[in-house]
Amino acid sequence: MNVPASWYLVLAAMLFGVGAFGLLTRRSALIMFMCLELMLNAVNLTFVTFSRTMSDIGGQATVFFVMVVAAAEVTVGLGIVVAIFRRRSSTSVDELSEMKG
Amino acid sequence: MLALSYALPSILIFITAALLILVGAVGVLAFKNPVHSALSLIMTLLGVAVAFIAQSADFLAAVQIIVYAGAIVVLFLFVIMFLGVDRNDTVRVDPLVGQRAFAGVGVVITVGGLIALMARSNWVTGAMSVSTSGVALAPGSGNVQQLGTAVFTTYIFAFEVTAALLIIAVVGAVLLARRERTSDESKS
Repeated sequence: MNVPASWYLVLAAMLFGVGAFGLLTRRSALIMFMCLELMLNAVNLTFVTFSRTMSDIGGQATVFFVMVVAAAEVTVGLGIVVAIFRRRSSTSVDELSEMKG
Repeated sequence: MLALSYALPSILIFITAALLILVGAVGVLAFKNPVHSALSLIMTLLGVAVAFIAQSADFLAAVQIIVYAGAIVVLFLFVIMFLGVDRNDTVRVDPLVGQRAFAGVGVVITVGGLIALMARSNWVTGAMSVSTSGVALAPGSGNVQQLGTAVFTTYIFAFEVTAALLIIAVVGAVLLARRERTSDESKS
């Protein structure tokens, strides 16, 4: 018998927490993108776990679409990082303060 | 006691996946060099793929390796090397006082609340989707066919939209990355 779903759900929650902590504390835009990927993977793991528990393929189909959206998001996000780096020579999000109110 | 309740291989696989995932995730945060963080990210993605296989999501595990570890992380590494930020990643004092502490407390509250919420609802919430109600998920590689059927019938509209999304993302990325150079060329 496979391990219970709760183990994987707790693991996914911890992975999400680590990713969220990194997103909130790191200053480099590149590292923040990586932490975003960690959080997306945690949610994917939760989807797959519930897909197994409820015996429903819809969870796995959703993970498929999440992966596509994550790939598109990383492509555009890294394009923005490259564009900003050319102008500012830095990827630190603290130095992007032109729009401060 | 655990070994009596559940099969030992599944426990070992879970421990392996958990170690890969958590060590890799902490490594993403802990390493100062972005290249090391990206390599640590690969470790986490492999761990997630192991967890996918353990839960009979074979196709998603393959996509996880190919798309995430093969494409997204390589894209990260390409941008890191292209920008050369691996040499001058300065670690400075936090501009916001107590940001780390507040982030830690907030994350602990969020994760703890999440786990408590799931534990109270017996770890299963929500309803079955309309697609395969009543149809049992085939174990092992048998559900690749189920997944293909679901994606190309029930979720066909979402599938077509993702095609448009990918085209838009590629065009947007090319536009963002090339604008500077074309304006320089027009000036000179």
